[in-house]
Amino acid sequence: MSEGNRVLGDGTAAASGRAGPLDHSYVQVRSTRPLTLPDVDVKARAGETAAELSGVQRRRKRVNAIMLGFASVSSLLAIIPLVAIALFVLVQGVNSLSLDFFTHAESDVDAFGIPLGIGNTIAGTVLIVLVACLVGLPIGLFSGIYLAEYGRGRFADVVRFLADVVAGIPSIIAGLVGYALIVIPFGFSAIAGGISLALLMFPVVTRATEEVLRLVPLSLREGGLALGVPRWKVIASIVVPTAANGIVTSMLLGVARVTGETAPLLFTAFTHPYWEWNPTHPVSALTVTIFNYVNDPDPTKHKMAFAGALVLVAFVVGLNLVARLVFRRRLAGRT
Amino acid sequence: MAVVTEDKGNRGLRAQNRLGDRAFEGVTLGFAAVVVLSAVVLLLGILTQAWPALSKVGLGVLGSQVWDPNHDRYGALAFVYGTVVTSLLALLLTGVVGIMIAVFLVELAPPMFARPIGFLVEMLAAVPSIIYGLWGIFVLIPLLIPVEDWLNQHLGFIPLFGGTPAPSGSVLIAGLVLAIMILPTVAAISRDVMAAVPDSQREGILALGATKWEMVRKVVIPYARAGIIGALVLGLGRAVGETMAVTMVIGNDPHVHASLLSPGYSLAAVLANEAGDTVNTLHISALFELGLLLFLISIGLNVLARLLVWSVNRGTARGKRR
Amino acid sequence: MTANTSDAPARMSIPQDTVAISIQNLNAYYGPKLAVKNVSMDIVRHSVTALIGPSGCGKSTVLRCLNRMHEVIPGAHATGTVQLEGTDIYGPSVDPVQVRRRIGMLFQRPNPFPTMSIFDNVVAGLKLNGRYSRAQLAPIVEQTLRQVALWDEVKDTLGKSAADLSGGQQQRLCLARCIAVKPEVILMDEPCSALDPIATLRIEELIRELEANYTIVIVTHNMQQAGRVADRTAFFMLNDDGTGGLVEYGTTEQIFTAPRDRRTEEYVTGRFG
Repeated sequence: MSEGNRVLGDGTAAASGRAGPLDHSYVQVRSTRPLTLPDVDVKARAGETAAELSGVQRRRKRVNAIMLGFASVSSLLAIIPLVAIALFVLVQGVNSLSLDFFTHAESDVDAFGIPLGIGNTIAGTVLIVLVACLVGLPIGLFSGIYLAEYGRGRFADVVRFLADVVAGIPSIIAGLVGYALIVIPFGFSAIAGGISLALLMFPVVTRATEEVLRLVPLSLREGGLALGVPRWKVIASIVVPTAANGIVTSMLLGVARVTGETAPLLFTAFTHPYWEWNPTHPVSALTVTIFNYVNDPDPTKHKMAFAGALVLVAFVVGLNLVARLVFRRRLAGRT
Repeated sequence: MAVVTEDKGNRGLRAQNRLGDRAFEGVTLGFAAVVVLSAVVLLLGILTQAWPALSKVGLGVLGSQVWDPNHDRYGALAFVYGTVVTSLLALLLTGVVGIMIAVFLVELAPPMFARPIGFLVEMLAAVPSIIYGLWGIFVLIPLLIPVEDWLNQHLGFIPLFGGTPAPSGSVLIAGLVLAIMILPTVAAISRDVMAAVPDSQREGILALGATKWEMVRKVVIPYARAGIIGALVLGLGRAVGETMAVTMVIGNDPHVHASLLSPGYSLAAVLANEAGDTVNTLHISALFELGLLLFLISIGLNVLARLLVWSVNRGTARGKRR
Repeated sequence: MTANTSDAPARMSIPQDTVAISIQNLNAYYGPKLAVKNVSMDIVRHSVTALIGPSGCGKSTVLRCLNRMHEVIPGAHATGTVQLEGTDIYGPSVDPVQVRRRIGMLFQRPNPFPTMSIFDNVVAGLKLNGRYSRAQLAPIVEQTLRQVALWDEVKDTLGKSAADLSGGQQQRLCLARCIAVKPEVILMDEPCSALDPIATLRIEELIRELEANYTIVIVTHNMQQAGRVADRTAFFMLNDDGTGGLVEYGTTEQIFTAPRDRRTEEYVTGRFG
């Protein structure tokens, strides 16, 4: 094949004076139409590969470096506030913690009428969250099982959609509804607060449970059924335990979230300065107390608010760590 | 021909199992029904409580700034304005950062680092709202008041930075706190949708001689576009519903001010502050009407976000043939 | 012709002035694991060179080393020299981005960009390197699509998404996208394995047409395909130590009719593979 037949439009062959390609006897070569548009000639490109870049290429490199650099430090913009908040809570709270803090209720006041401790609020929070768990977790778990194992068709779609709707309600609305439906007829109580929190807790558990159960391979279910195990037992003893990790994770995260909630408790659980174990009575919650004390002019109350904040954050963060690390889930990036 | 003999002993067992199956299914169905019920009760509850105000005041809530329950004046414009401005401001501040964090986690970070950094970003979401409020009051406000003063002095001719900064808080600071609070949402969901972009797409553009940033900009982000918008919408939805952190740093002033440096109010905040002591039944009903408004905005944003994110994750994005 | 020793790959000698790519002592790693050991061979300009061998023997890895795509995988790297027209693309100051402008790639599964129209897909590579007006780009689009025999099929739907095309059409679109930036070399990684036989034949026709203007290196599982399109063929295999390596390299005719290495003979006669 002669050189004239091989056209690239940029004169490589002519410029370097190299011989044409080897003769092939068994392949037919048809001529192709040349690309006639102007282009950077290959020698210049050879130079670019060897690090003498033209202006356009230098700009591309620069933009790339800047944007990727920005991306790399962007995570700091998230981590810095996290660290700042953690340090703030730690520093402010540590000084104010004492044994009295835990062992006294708000009803135990000193000579100036200032509470000696807010142990009752911690107990109150425990009570409220307990109610929320008793109500919300079974709803979440079993509705999730329904969606994964039995749910087909319209009704299941409706359930899913409504679970998503309820998942998205602002926490204050949950509190308002609890107020309207429970407090107005029955008065303030831990149960009212607990139910409001349950509203915030169960939808996430529902969706997470369904997702995790769907991941359990069909072969596991079929194996159980083939052995003659009744379907409900296959689900309860084989499928759910296999998915237990994911389910427990979502439950722990749900508990962590509602423990930190304030708005729904403002007018459901109300406040109550005494140790209280009866859920039908109003109780003080830690979060609401922190809010009230911060708004109070008394500096001692401020200190107690910070101590409370430290206890709250320690619990919530601790629960999050347990949920995410111990019950491992896949996170971050591509595999 | 095979002869099938009835095993009478097992028949009873099978009936028992069927009972067990039925019962179990019934129980789960029951709880699923509870889910539906709770949503219905929720909506009905708000509607019935809001009804008196809906019929008396109705859309008038959006007509005026004057919120004076003692004189039956229920103009919620200031609250709506505050909610909208703080949420949009939060999204503006967070959006790009959140997406860039996702870019870092998916495209840049070595797998060893991506996990812990992703974890730390998600931990921002675990911090309770009231803690953000505390931090806002005691750290951010003192820190930013000189900044606000500076903005006011030098850029005060722009209405956005006019007025006088108040020590009780401002729309700007509320927007900033919200930005930090919704950052993990935007980053995490963006990361998930970007990670779902097939590698073959990345290789395709790289093989043409693209830089990594060009790959992100021209292929990864467009492919994940719907999901990223979904992430932003979901973040917006979270910001709209935030209560405690906002009410602690926004100043709780029920007026519309043009300046970001002035205090303001939000729908969620007014509900938190006033639902505890209302002057009359119309007052509480009006608050429920605001609650309904907030509820509807929230649901709307959430549903929209889910549709967008779902469309990417299920691969219905254009191009997933075969 | 070099005589065959049992440990050195049997190779023909090639005149230096016809060499487009010279691979010398290429070793490719995935993390700490050596996947391809000590490959050396010369690719002749404006010809088709096929890389064949059983699965997992490293031929795709070698191919991807030629345009520095191998290192895109986290932890992967390569050592050795790959000279493109005399310049070592693994040189210390060489930017892989620039290498890939000169060496293009066609992938096993067609990967057009679904968010771009057919038109934008074709010029995607061009637009990275400068601003061109629609008027400047339209003729390029037409010519490249004609070159890949796709123009008549899509000329009225250039604005539509590439996702609506068939597999064979998508692969030709990707080829058009590839040649629009006028690379010197086109690497093809089993480009027909996801296509039906008719689409496969069309791609093979195109390969023979493009050979006049491009140097083509193709990895293929299909020996008949290598016989149909390739001027030269290199046979790879897994060694006993788990690394892949070059066994024999010669003209296609010689490899398939008179292989010098026993392992090559066993593979091409179908005794394993």
